[in-house]
Amino acid sequence: MTTSYVLKRLGVFLLVMWGAATFSFFLPRIADVNPIEERMAQLASRGAVSVGNTEAMIKNFEKRFGLDKPLAEQYVRYLWNTARFDFGFSIAFFPTSVGSIIREALPWTIVLLTVVTFMNFTIGVLLGAVLAWPRAPAFVKVVAPPFMGLSAIPYYLIGIGLIYLFAFSWQIFPISGGYNIGSTPQWSSAFLWDAVRHSILPAASIVLSGIGFWAIGMRGMMTMTMGEDYMLLAESKGLKGWRLFIWYGMRNAMLPQITALALSLGHIVSGAILVEVVFSYPGIGGMLVQAIRNFDFTLLYGIVYLTILGIAIATLILDLTYPRLDPRITYAKG
Amino acid sequence: MSEPVLTIKDLRVSYQTPKGKVRAVDGVSFSLMPSERFGLVGESGSGKTTTALALLRLIKPPGVIESGEVHLAGKNLLSLSEEQMRRVRLAELSMIPQGAMNSLNPVATVNNQIIDGLRDHGVNSPKHVLNERIADLLKRVGLEPSVADMYPHELSGGMKQRVTIAIAISMGPKVIVADEPTSALDVVIQMQVMETLIGLQEELGASLVMIGHDMGLMAQVVSRIGVMYAGKLVEVGTVRDILLSPLHPYTQLLVESLPSMESKLTRTRRPRGIPGITPSLLDLPAGCAFRPRCPKAIEQCSTITPPLEKVRADQWTACHLYGETEKQDGIPAKA
Amino acid sequence: MIQDTAAPVARSRRFANHVGRLMKLYPLLFIGFALLLTVILVGVIGSRFMDPDLSRAGSTPLDIAPSREYLLGTDSMGRDVLAVMLRGTPLTLQVGFMAATIGMGIGIVLGFVGGFYGGIVDTVFKGLADILITIPALLILVVVAVSLTGPVSINVQALVIASVSWMLPTRTIRAQVLTMRERAYVSVAELSGANRFEIIFLEILPNLLPYLAASFAATVAIAILTTVGMDALGLGPQNVPTLGNTVYWALFYSAPLRGLYWWWAPPIITLGVVFIGLYLITAGLDKIANPRLRSHG
Repeated sequence: MTTSYVLKRLGVFLLVMWGAATFSFFLPRIADVNPIEERMAQLASRGAVSVGNTEAMIKNFEKRFGLDKPLAEQYVRYLWNTARFDFGFSIAFFPTSVGSIIREALPWTIVLLTVVTFMNFTIGVLLGAVLAWPRAPAFVKVVAPPFMGLSAIPYYLIGIGLIYLFAFSWQIFPISGGYNIGSTPQWSSAFLWDAVRHSILPAASIVLSGIGFWAIGMRGMMTMTMGEDYMLLAESKGLKGWRLFIWYGMRNAMLPQITALALSLGHIVSGAILVEVVFSYPGIGGMLVQAIRNFDFTLLYGIVYLTILGIAIATLILDLTYPRLDPRITYAKG
Repeated sequence: MSEPVLTIKDLRVSYQTPKGKVRAVDGVSFSLMPSERFGLVGESGSGKTTTALALLRLIKPPGVIESGEVHLAGKNLLSLSEEQMRRVRLAELSMIPQGAMNSLNPVATVNNQIIDGLRDHGVNSPKHVLNERIADLLKRVGLEPSVADMYPHELSGGMKQRVTIAIAISMGPKVIVADEPTSALDVVIQMQVMETLIGLQEELGASLVMIGHDMGLMAQVVSRIGVMYAGKLVEVGTVRDILLSPLHPYTQLLVESLPSMESKLTRTRRPRGIPGITPSLLDLPAGCAFRPRCPKAIEQCSTITPPLEKVRADQWTACHLYGETEKQDGIPAKA
Repeated sequence: MIQDTAAPVARSRRFANHVGRLMKLYPLLFIGFALLLTVILVGVIGSRFMDPDLSRAGSTPLDIAPSREYLLGTDSMGRDVLAVMLRGTPLTLQVGFMAATIGMGIGIVLGFVGGFYGGIVDTVFKGLADILITIPALLILVVVAVSLTGPVSINVQALVIASVSWMLPTRTIRAQVLTMRERAYVSVAELSGANRFEIIFLEILPNLLPYLAASFAATVAIAILTTVGMDALGLGPQNVPTLGNTVYWALFYSAPLRGLYWWWAPPIITLGVVFIGLYLITAGLDKIANPRLRSHG
């Protein structure tokens, strides 16, 4: 791996992050929405603050958020703070910082979706590869179509069905949340078990819909790979079936799937917003929806920035590792 | 007279297409002596590649081997189980593919692609012994030992084809099937690779079935030639007989269309093709498939399909023109 | 005279035969069309026999299970669920088709111009599509929708979704145009002096029709997915009973936990049928466009 390639790639990464920060700085200013006034109006309409006090509070907020400084200074400060993951205070939960809200929600989302994404990928890719394999056992052809059908349906809709069946009708799993309401998050086996039980339905809804997605992509790639000349030569070498399947077929057909895996890992932060909403899961998606409802712009932009960061990191890792997977790609071309 | 190493009897392969069943190989029979080189010549679509694949039982759906026998050293390959057939491939019967450009796994080193074949045929030598064996194989096909650690995209077309030859001889097979092994290479490299292949085949004492469309190239390489037309063998004979006294009108036209030394020098006669077009296998004429293009067709050609029969000592043909001479059916083999 | 009447009959029979053969070759494609048509027809015909006022809040008693009077029951806002579905389904499909049509139009223009002319224009279009496609559309929409002042109408929503629906068609069409350019008949047309627009519209476009159709079906599916997602997040047009809004309100009133299956199930089942129908159409058209995908099984 050449140093210049790595440096160049890192440069692109920083450029993207700078672009994202700049975008999230200017958009609310272009959109002509003053987040503070919006928020104050909302509070006032609920009778939380009297109209007379609003003016003073707005001044106070603007000062604390640094909105009274010239634009250029605001921008530089914003960039510097963003780089340190300091997104300021949440507008809705004022004294709480955006950073601490995100820190609390992020692990829930990351753990759930990382596990689920790898599960989807593994099962789906295997299923898809087997489907395109002429010597596959017959039952696979029966198992596959339901997953293909489910893959067309968004997973939160499947989640609603699962809640009705498993949480309401049969009461096997908890209805919503990430853990029992009485308990506080801690590293105890009882709490972890509780958290796992709560995550089974959200995970199941994503897996049910996700497997088919990976299987369809893989089946297409594997079908094309089966037609390649090197598969014919490999078979004429009298290779054992499993070696042919894994090291000649799947190994080649999987290359685009790995790109897709990296991208979907990058999308983890925003990947399951609606599943989290449906299950009231305490992750980033739920936070995002709250931010939308509360016009909590600082929280909203913090989450957006984080999402873009996730995608940028995923593509960076992919670009740095892909040449190891596909010898035809060289670093020089980056 | 020794026993043939490979005997093919009445081989039939068909493909199911949306427009109906197509018989790509229709009753092909021939046999091969140990260390003999046999050439199978025909236009594209004549069934020569399908025949090659059928020998290794590599016909893929919607294709199917309908009937026939392929005897290799006493075994009928078509009645073996899938696992038994797998063991035969490479160890006793190996293949050199047509498109060397894409015939190697793009994500595996040359080393691994050779080792995979050895391991799945019970070679369990330690790593350093295997590496030595691979270096030796590469040397025999005219490649540096360093090629072992390279990926296919780092090799030239000729080098790739040499690697496929190394793979094909790696287990010392009895028969090698080479499907137009040099058609993708340029002329100079073509001859070099062909010389390497023939040298190794002689060294191993293996027999070679060479598939090709270039009668001229074939004549320089093999000792006997089978000419295929529309899924059938229409003539089998020694290179000498085929070139000097071809029997079947199709073979005669093929030989005539070869640029002769004389015409190359004087440029008096342009090599001419065979008038008419290759028939569609979906819609073959009744009787002899070549009749619509045949300058010598007689009445019975349009009703009766002529069988492949021995006309001379070493020469077989499927043509009604030789109806009166004494004939003998059976499997065309070297006398 | 006899021939005059016989010819159309023969022709229509030939057409029927042709359709029959296509159905045999691509059964999934036809099932897909049938599913989608069923949903559309039920929406169009059903809404004629339904009093649209019943889809307004407070027009019925609350939370009644399906009965003879209310075939699909009523929800917690006092609406007849059947009326809501019959009004909402065409609305949701309308947003999806509008957004996809606009997005596809942009995609065709950018894809063709970029792929055919190349150069800086191509680099810019491709780069833009490549970057934007990695950012989740829903996230862009969240930011845009929150930043928009005032309520969103169905048409504005369609426009907003169109603005994130052009990347995929742009990329696939560009790639196809690039390979088409290399094909022999395009070079022949170029050599024979046809101008570039003639080449695009007479040589390239007709050959890309199956691709364009498959790409359009996929884009419609994504657009509907996006509009339902926006609605379910509460970012869609207000006071319109789209399928996504129905899901939103069902969730808002915790319908799944209160056993009101007749409220949340109809939009989900309808969307399921629509998505599966569109998926089958896309997959079927893909097979027509790309014979290599046909598996030997």
